[in-house]
Amino acid sequence: MKSENRIRLNAQNISDNEYFFGHKACAGCAGSLAVRLALKVLGERTFTALPAGCMSAVGFIYPQMAFAINAMISTFPGTASLLSGMKAGLKKLGKEDVNIVGFAGDGGTADIGIQALSGAIDRRDRVIYICYDNEAYMNTGIQKSGLTPFGTKTTTTPAGKNIRGCLTHKKNMFEIVAAHDIEYAATASVGYPEDFMNKVQKAAEASTTSYIHVLAPCPTGWGTPTETAVEIAKDAVDCGLWFLAEYEEGEFKLNRVPKEFSSVKNYLFQQSRFKHLTEDDIIEIERFRDKKWDRMKSKWLNEK
Amino acid sequence: MKYEEKMFVSGNEAVALGVCLSRPHVISAYPITPQTVVVERLSELVEDGSIDADFMHVESEHSALSAAMGSSAVGARTFTATSSQGLLYMAECLHYASGGRFPIVMMNANRSLALPWSIYGDLRDSLSLLDSGWIQVYVEDAQEALDMIIQGYKIAEHKEVLTPFMVNLDGFVLTHTYELVQVPNQQEVDHFLPPFETVNKMALDAPKSLGFSSTPQDNLEFKYQQHMAMMKSIEIIEASDREFGQRFGRTYGGMVDAYKCEDADAVLITLGSITGTARIVIDQLREEGLKVGLFKIRYMRPFPVNEIRELGRKVKAIGVLDKDISFGYEGTIFTNVNSALVGPDSPKVTMNFVGGFGGRNISKAEIAKMFHDLLFAMKGKPYDRVNFVNLGVKTNEIRK
Amino acid sequence: MIKPTLRNYKRPVYITDYPTGPNCESGHLVDKNSGWRTFRPTINLDLCKGCLRCYLLCPDGVIFKSNSKVDVDYDFCKGCGICAHECKFKAITMTKEDKE
Repeated sequence: MKSENRIRLNAQNISDNEYFFGHKACAGCAGSLAVRLALKVLGERTFTALPAGCMSAVGFIYPQMAFAINAMISTFPGTASLLSGMKAGLKKLGKEDVNIVGFAGDGGTADIGIQALSGAIDRRDRVIYICYDNEAYMNTGIQKSGLTPFGTKTTTTPAGKNIRGCLTHKKNMFEIVAAHDIEYAATASVGYPEDFMNKVQKAAEASTTSYIHVLAPCPTGWGTPTETAVEIAKDAVDCGLWFLAEYEEGEFKLNRVPKEFSSVKNYLFQQSRFKHLTEDDIIEIERFRDKKWDRMKSKWLNEK
Repeated sequence: MKYEEKMFVSGNEAVALGVCLSRPHVISAYPITPQTVVVERLSELVEDGSIDADFMHVESEHSALSAAMGSSAVGARTFTATSSQGLLYMAECLHYASGGRFPIVMMNANRSLALPWSIYGDLRDSLSLLDSGWIQVYVEDAQEALDMIIQGYKIAEHKEVLTPFMVNLDGFVLTHTYELVQVPNQQEVDHFLPPFETVNKMALDAPKSLGFSSTPQDNLEFKYQQHMAMMKSIEIIEASDREFGQRFGRTYGGMVDAYKCEDADAVLITLGSITGTARIVIDQLREEGLKVGLFKIRYMRPFPVNEIRELGRKVKAIGVLDKDISFGYEGTIFTNVNSALVGPDSPKVTMNFVGGFGGRNISKAEIAKMFHDLLFAMKGKPYDRVNFVNLGVKTNEIRK
Repeated sequence: MIKPTLRNYKRPVYITDYPTGPNCESGHLVDKNSGWRTFRPTINLDLCKGCLRCYLLCPDGVIFKSNSKVDVDYDFCKGCGICAHECKFKAITMTKEDKE
């Protein structure tokens, strides 16, 4: 199906089927929402793999199986390679009319799984890789990953007198993936669920590898109330610390360019992981945000 | 590729032929010396249409086996090959594949482990992974390598086994040496090895959740099941050896292969290609009137406990030649053999000969000396439990 | 409708009652999640417009369509409150569960 004929997905027209249900994720977990919505888009002819991490830990505790489709836990570094193997096997067994999707966290994607992911994209294997980014190793108890933002307090980047949390900014996974000349890549946020679902649909239409990086807040790790995960994921986009973009046919596209950013301070201070930040820290975070946006706008906004 | 009934090929090429005849759906492998020729030949065989398989160019050994598990999980027959550091890089996936009950067949070219770096052979790679839940066979020549790939699938995929299978070839000595091999007929192989069927797979009509977590309430049971499958494989290995013999005229003895052990006083236990050299030594020593024998262990896992116990009852001295060591103790084969021998009928003397690391040669003279050491020890001469053979220097204790 | 469902699960008695290796029918539930809940969502059908935003955003998929509005599967609702927080019509209220 090409884009012209594509029906935009929304709450009214997505499948009633629940393919991820009865899982043991924490209450208000946006990672599980991302998995649930993506599978509603992809449907029953889907094979999925998830590495060691939150979503596998909560979805497959024998005999409680929360996935309604074919699913398997992969090794922590091996999400993409397991997916590739599934694809190769299914192809040789004559089952090509299926979706093969992986859901790995930020650590499983940007740190330990980046090599296998790079390999899969390089081979042009037709698999969908979804990174649900909750900005730290949450399953092991909130340790810093390569996608933990500057200033974050985690259990391995404590906020003390000498060091105020994480000293590095988020690794730029979206552009790392795009640099492979991947067929389709996108960033998304559970705060913009329709945008996310439609990107999943586009990813499923790719004839080679596709990648979606979805921001998925973790109330437990972020120190937020359980009911605000979706709202805060929207705030992250609106304040400019996260962005909605696509990479398609070799071109970057910004899906949402806020005329004016909402308050970074307000976004950060809703979360206990940022409570210790000083005015200077917030200035640094805003400076980094503005630099990134300047670059994205100047390079990606195709104002001809 | 045109098969001929007889072909002059290297050990690596014999493996590639065995894989080709086994009709895998997916081959995923990463190059490493001295396994590379297998990967090269297989990609040529895929290219020229001899194998209808998907050749995956993975970016590491970890991914090679991870991808193999992915394709096995959807019901595809899968092959991979590695060696040494690559095998260790796979270590996580080795345990994963056996725990997941994925009957993947892998060729391992036995090679030394760094540091120091060496591309040459010893058995420290695969023996350090004895506990990973794979069936491990050690072959002696190119013909056995070819045949064991085919038998490997038969054994691994048996519904009561469902355990991955590792075919070990001595690096360079076997992988790179050319021999004349009999290439089985494809139709005959197809009769011997039917298409892969398993309940342990994903399917569109009956979706499965594989590779799940277990609580302490169930974990032990899954591991017990895995152990019982491995124990069951002994019977399947022996049956497969017999059936292969009936169809192709070659048998290998099943779990072990004994040479002139019947009336022997002293026996040397070996693995892999060194057995060929040792056999010549046996013939020479027999001519001198010495009652010596050779006992080749083919399978390290499952372990031939019964065969070794029976040997122990018959002979007075057993030597074990280990091209590996568990530092701070002894050779791994020696430990395994000794534990099988525990009991009232165990032989008087067991000695461990450790050497051949990183491609170091073990000569016929060295092997003959091992037998003499065993025979002297049998007659009461004091002996060391662990003996390094062919050390090129004097040890410092001897320096005066 | 495809959805994981609760089964009558009997613990294995013999080793052969276990599957061969870690493989299980998908969607095989043996246990509810309702015990996790401290607050219970209640839908006021007079205020509900059937926009399905709560259905869309529930991480547990426990809100389902019912007579052009919505209902909650209390067996699996963990009481996170996203539905109530995100409802634009204030049609969902969270009330403390009476714990025995």
